[in-house]
Amino acid sequence: MIGLAFFAQTGVATGVDKLINTLGSGIALGAIYAILALGFVIIFKATQVVNFAHGGIAAFGAYMVVYFATVLNVPGKWLGFLPFWAQWTMSAVLAVLVTALLGVLIERVVIRPMIGKALFAVAMITLGVDLVIRTITVDLMGNQSRGLGDPWGAGSFEVGQLRIAHTQVVTIAVAFAAVGALAWFFKTKTGTAMRATAFDQEAAMAQGINVGKVFAIAWAIGAALAAIGGIFSSVFPRGAAGVTPFTALIAFRAFPAVIIGGLDSITGAIVGGMIVGLAEVFTASYLGSVSWLGTGFSGIVAWLLMMVILLVKPYGLFGTEEVRRV
Amino acid sequence: MRGRPHLFTSYQSEMRLLPTTTKRVAMALLMVILVLLPLHALPFFGFLGDSDWLLLIDRMLVFAIAALGLNLLTGVAGQVSLGHAFFMAVGAYTAVFLGGESGNTIWGLGLPIWIWLPAAGLAAALIGILVAPTAVRVRGLYLAFVTLGLVFIGQYIWRNIGAIAGGPTTGRVWPEFEFALWRGDPIISFTTDGLWFNVNMIDKAKIYYVLLGLVILFAIMAKNLMRTRVGRAWAAIRDRDIAAEVMGVAEAKAKTQAFAISSFYAGVAGALLGTVFGRLIPETWNLLLSIEFIAIILIGGAGTITGTLLGTVFVVMLPRVVEDFTVWLASQAESGGAFSSIADMVIATGSDDFGVISTAAAGPGLSIFQLNIALFGVLIIVFLIAEPLGLYGIWIRIRNYWKGWPFTY
Repeated sequence: MIGLAFFAQTGVATGVDKLINTLGSGIALGAIYAILALGFVIIFKATQVVNFAHGGIAAFGAYMVVYFATVLNVPGKWLGFLPFWAQWTMSAVLAVLVTALLGVLIERVVIRPMIGKALFAVAMITLGVDLVIRTITVDLMGNQSRGLGDPWGAGSFEVGQLRIAHTQVVTIAVAFAAVGALAWFFKTKTGTAMRATAFDQEAAMAQGINVGKVFAIAWAIGAALAAIGGIFSSVFPRGAAGVTPFTALIAFRAFPAVIIGGLDSITGAIVGGMIVGLAEVFTASYLGSVSWLGTGFSGIVAWLLMMVILLVKPYGLFGTEEVRRV
Repeated sequence: MRGRPHLFTSYQSEMRLLPTTTKRVAMALLMVILVLLPLHALPFFGFLGDSDWLLLIDRMLVFAIAALGLNLLTGVAGQVSLGHAFFMAVGAYTAVFLGGESGNTIWGLGLPIWIWLPAAGLAAALIGILVAPTAVRVRGLYLAFVTLGLVFIGQYIWRNIGAIAGGPTTGRVWPEFEFALWRGDPIISFTTDGLWFNVNMIDKAKIYYVLLGLVILFAIMAKNLMRTRVGRAWAAIRDRDIAAEVMGVAEAKAKTQAFAISSFYAGVAGALLGTVFGRLIPETWNLLLSIEFIAIILIGGAGTITGTLLGTVFVVMLPRVVEDFTVWLASQAESGGAFSSIADMVIATGSDDFGVISTAAAGPGLSIFQLNIALFGVLIIVFLIAEPLGLYGIWIRIRNYWKGWPFTY
């Protein structure tokens, strides 16, 4: 379905124009996946938790925007003198912060008691968390699609046959900003502590690092990035109708991006996100009308890519190879 | 040696299925209960013989077969698989292709059950063998993602092979539960009400007995696999794969066996699920189904047969129990009985009423379906944190408490 939306947008042009349009859409989609994958990788690197609830958290973040921006009109209610886009951005930031809080809450309540247990068991816990969050979010939404009320709508920049949606430009800009902010964060004292924790938890504790605090921060950042990814998955052209009960599944398509890049690699998350985004848009645009492929092929091309890459490189493109000792 | 349950004088006696008299008596009692169950003959629990309950119990038995398979792969061999729904679908669609009736747009060969049921298992096992090399190469959580991918790729395939799977929203009809030597009239039909062994029973009761037999068969097979060479190799790989290899366990072979046998169970269960329900849509084989099986073995107790069966009963029965409880609460809220004030707070009856659970089609509050899914999530979390051995672990603790009673200190 999402592939079709892209096809409609890029399908008008032909030749080089079509190629450039597809490339632009692909990079924009790749940016969404990269943001989602980044959040996932940060949580995994810092806390060794595979977060299956990432999709649920992303949908929750997008829904919070709906709630703050369109239902409650917070903080726009008190700041009516500001232009609309500023009000909306503040609502979005508020939603991202609330989602970050949710991440910390999850870490404190269900992940903290599992420290030292098998990775598999913790991963299954996040699967349980995903069921709970998704169910409650869908129920709050009333099992229907809800527009985010974003200021960009379906507008796009057009030069001849070339076109790129405003939201896509914003997505790419936000992705760059997020990566830049993270690069800066890892240089700060807290960021250094997080890198130390990712390297060796016990050694980090011995150096006086509060590992529990690092875990909480990692979950906050991861959840915040998930929320940003969720928001951009719910605006034009990806989710023209807004956040739907299926929004959480979009994050499931960021999982192949994570695995292609390697579970524990920040670079991998970005590269993997781009690969998956481009692959998805290019299949939708160029193979969308190949009849024997049926419908929805662009939705699984990421998974197919993931399997092929895993067979060649079992730890992804940039993942650390596990040293196997007896 | 009577009365000393932990004194074993030979390996054979330690490995026996039912080592003590108590266990033999308990098992015999359980068998009697299971045989009487669909005949309205049980005291207090006669209602389990009702048609709607029996359908649920039939579904439970099918789930038990699939769960036993996943338990072998994930619980015993330690290979995390989120792709069980995919393997079930492979079995189900093999069965419906071989056994189903053909129509204008759909294919079916109309072959009898003794062909399509084993074939369903074998086809799934074959796909399992194809997936196994990935499991040898890709480890741990990466494998979980590969199997997760299988579910999504599978759903794409099922949606697009209309000739076998039927339409995405309509699905297609599975072959009926009946035994025939070849195409044509069945010799034994399990789908008609009537006398059977001089007892009057409904169709679902007949299916119940067949499925019960299959579950017992598959459970004994799983138990035998676990306590012989193959199962010991699996457990060794689960506990430490390199150590197992050093000790002479062929890793690739053991993992392939695990995937093949687990998928065989899943394939048979998938075919039976279609047959019990009659009509299934491609959406049936989604991630939630896989998670349900993960929940079964985690709640029941990973790596144990008893735990798997307990978990199946728990997970399949829970939605119905919750539903009945909700209906009861709603009736309490309306009738103004003793609990009416509490019930009124919990239940939302309309869009203007607030409550955690909603009996109305729309409006605030979780619907019963949503409540059940959320409960699964909560139960997975609670069991993993509080009791990693699951229901089986709770049972072991209760047993050990009474073993020492009254000298518990």
